[in-house]
Amino acid sequence: MKVRAQIGMVLNLDKCIGCHTCSVTCKNVWTSRDGVEYAWFNNVETKPGTGYPTDWENQDRWNGGWERTASGKLQPKQGGKWRILSNIFANPDLPEIDDYYEPFDFDYDHLKSAPEMEAFPTARPRSKVTGERIEKIEKGPNWEEILGGEFSKRGQDYNFEGVQKQIYGEYENTFMMYLPRLCEHCLNPACAASCPSGAIYKREEDGIVLIDQEKCRGWRMCVSGCPYKKVYYNWSTGKSEKCTLCYPRIESGNPTVCSETCVGRIRYIGVMLYDADKIDTAANAAAKTDLYDAQLDVFLDPSGPGVIEAARAEGIPEDWIAAAQASPIWKMAMEWKVAFPLHPEYRTLPMVWYIPPLSPIQNAAEAGAIGKDGGMPDVRNLRIPVRYLANMLTAGDEAPVIQALERMLAMRAYMRAKTVEGVVDEGIAARVGISGRMIEEMYKIMALADYEDRFVIPTTHREHVEEAMDLRGGCGFTDGNGCSTGISKGSLFGGSKKPLKMPEEMR
Amino acid sequence: MFANFDINFILFGVMPYVALTVFLVGSIARYERDPFTWKSSSSQLLRRKQLIWGSILFHVGILTVFFGHLIGLFTPVWVLDALGIPYALKQWMAVLIGGPAGIAALIGATMLLHRRLFDPRIRVTSSYPDIIIMGLIWLQLAIGLLTITQTLQHMDGSEMVRFMMWSQSVVTWNLNAWVTVIDVHWLYKLHIFLGLIITMLFPFTRLVHIWSGFAAPFRFLLRPGYQIVRSRRTAPLARR
Repeated sequence: MKVRAQIGMVLNLDKCIGCHTCSVTCKNVWTSRDGVEYAWFNNVETKPGTGYPTDWENQDRWNGGWERTASGKLQPKQGGKWRILSNIFANPDLPEIDDYYEPFDFDYDHLKSAPEMEAFPTARPRSKVTGERIEKIEKGPNWEEILGGEFSKRGQDYNFEGVQKQIYGEYENTFMMYLPRLCEHCLNPACAASCPSGAIYKREEDGIVLIDQEKCRGWRMCVSGCPYKKVYYNWSTGKSEKCTLCYPRIESGNPTVCSETCVGRIRYIGVMLYDADKIDTAANAAAKTDLYDAQLDVFLDPSGPGVIEAARAEGIPEDWIAAAQASPIWKMAMEWKVAFPLHPEYRTLPMVWYIPPLSPIQNAAEAGAIGKDGGMPDVRNLRIPVRYLANMLTAGDEAPVIQALERMLAMRAYMRAKTVEGVVDEGIAARVGISGRMIEEMYKIMALADYEDRFVIPTTHREHVEEAMDLRGGCGFTDGNGCSTGISKGSLFGGSKKPLKMPEEMR
Repeated sequence: MFANFDINFILFGVMPYVALTVFLVGSIARYERDPFTWKSSSSQLLRRKQLIWGSILFHVGILTVFFGHLIGLFTPVWVLDALGIPYALKQWMAVLIGGPAGIAALIGATMLLHRRLFDPRIRVTSSYPDIIIMGLIWLQLAIGLLTITQTLQHMDGSEMVRFMMWSQSVVTWNLNAWVTVIDVHWLYKLHIFLGLIITMLFPFTRLVHIWSGFAAPFRFLLRPGYQIVRSRRTAPLARR
């Protein structure tokens, strides 16, 4: 057993209102620069839809993630090492910027500088790449907002697999939900695996996946390797960039910008302990539907005495163990089983999980029944097809999604009975396999969602590994050569070594 | 003092050392001082068209030509003699392998240069060095292919041996190296001169990615497994 700690995130889609505050605040902090205008480390998609970049979930087209070969070996779907190297001159799986969208801005100045004229002056779009006029914007980062566009296009959504989708194109039966997406900080990241330079790494202490900007050579294999298309090639610097999980904030115990600013309070951040020795087996489960269970099996119970001992032996600080025990992620993923990984079939063992959304009950009689006797409606009658959610969250296995939706409905029924009718009905909880006490805790964390319940983030412990005094007056967080002194480790020209201790590759 | 001045001495006796020094010191200095700028500068994201075929043809062609030059020029003549390889045969090999590879590279370079100059997205995001180096490489490939017309007029390999002597003399510090190429055809001289210019520009352009290209297979294939985990803890933890 090799205990590692990982900062994980859960997004409660049941509460997402699609306001894009997460995307905009992230954009302003991280990608408001040349070369990444088109990149959204966090974006919110309206589902059903083909998403951003278009059709990203279709790995038959993009070859992202991992595949289990006929001989049972796990390798990147875009090919093993030799194959990746042979594609280095031209990557056949790389999206073009038009698959995201050509970034644009508007000639706002024209609104005030235009001469007197018949028609009201307008601000026309201009490409942020070439600076040339764009006559018609063909695509944007959120092109299918609130079911924009015709169903024949939105209906190409990969998650309709195995669903009789025609009826959902009808006005009466249509449905929608929001899906905010960011880097998954996978336990088995396909981007890192695909990098010929070895520039992408996972941090041992918190599991955040980062790109070393000084080692990246722009071979762009990570962009095609990532099945979530969450690594972006900066066409200005020639380096790849991705969500950093706001590590400077996480290190100081603060939530990421997207989480902090979420007005719906749908985001949760916490520590998960996992067994790094189990990753290979878990990612290589034979059946795709086994992958969700396999990932659950990788997580370690932070209250188990054997686990605590092993975690201490691995040097995991006490407050990290305590944070893991109070982790909202653990509760939602493991105790209540209401949160699920996004597309486990990509075999990357993602660490940003989702609580599926409830939706109105289709059948009016069933809807009436719920008020009458507190009985449970059949979640198969929810407007969003269960199979659709299962395709997104459990590789098509409906049972876990049904259980989660039933538990969320039970939570509502139980709390309604308690607060409106003054009746504590343990039967409601028992029917979905949990206790009333657990439902009250679910209610506190998922419905009330206080700040300190949503974010249980221990600070990093750099003082355990380096002399804090050496950092005094030194460079803080660097981005490329931003504050390089020109004297690096093993310098050709001699001189003292940098006091800043950088993470080293582990063997 | 300048009575015996010969431009050939400057071009083929002195310039190789200047070029190689700039190439090596420049590469090391850039890697040391400014690793963030060390990159391939791929523009595939902005325009896929003409890149896939252009880049593959160009790279496969030019790598073949590069290794052909490396092996062809720096294999000592006595090795050829010991192996009993006739000079004429070696020259035929050079023409038959290098010729098609050079043509492939030139076709690829033409596609890439055309794309760089006339695709608005690529043109506007190109730096001057990007365009200059692409133009110089295109020119170098064209001149290299033109030298074949001269080569075919003396297929006994004697001319080729002179270039072998020259390059081997340069790297073995024989200061009379330049004498061996004094009276070769001007196309060869131009080819060598341009090659030295490109060598000198190397550290200041995107060409530095060639170093990484040669390093990448070793880095990638020799890396155990696929994943990389980094830690600030480099020393093993004390057992508790």
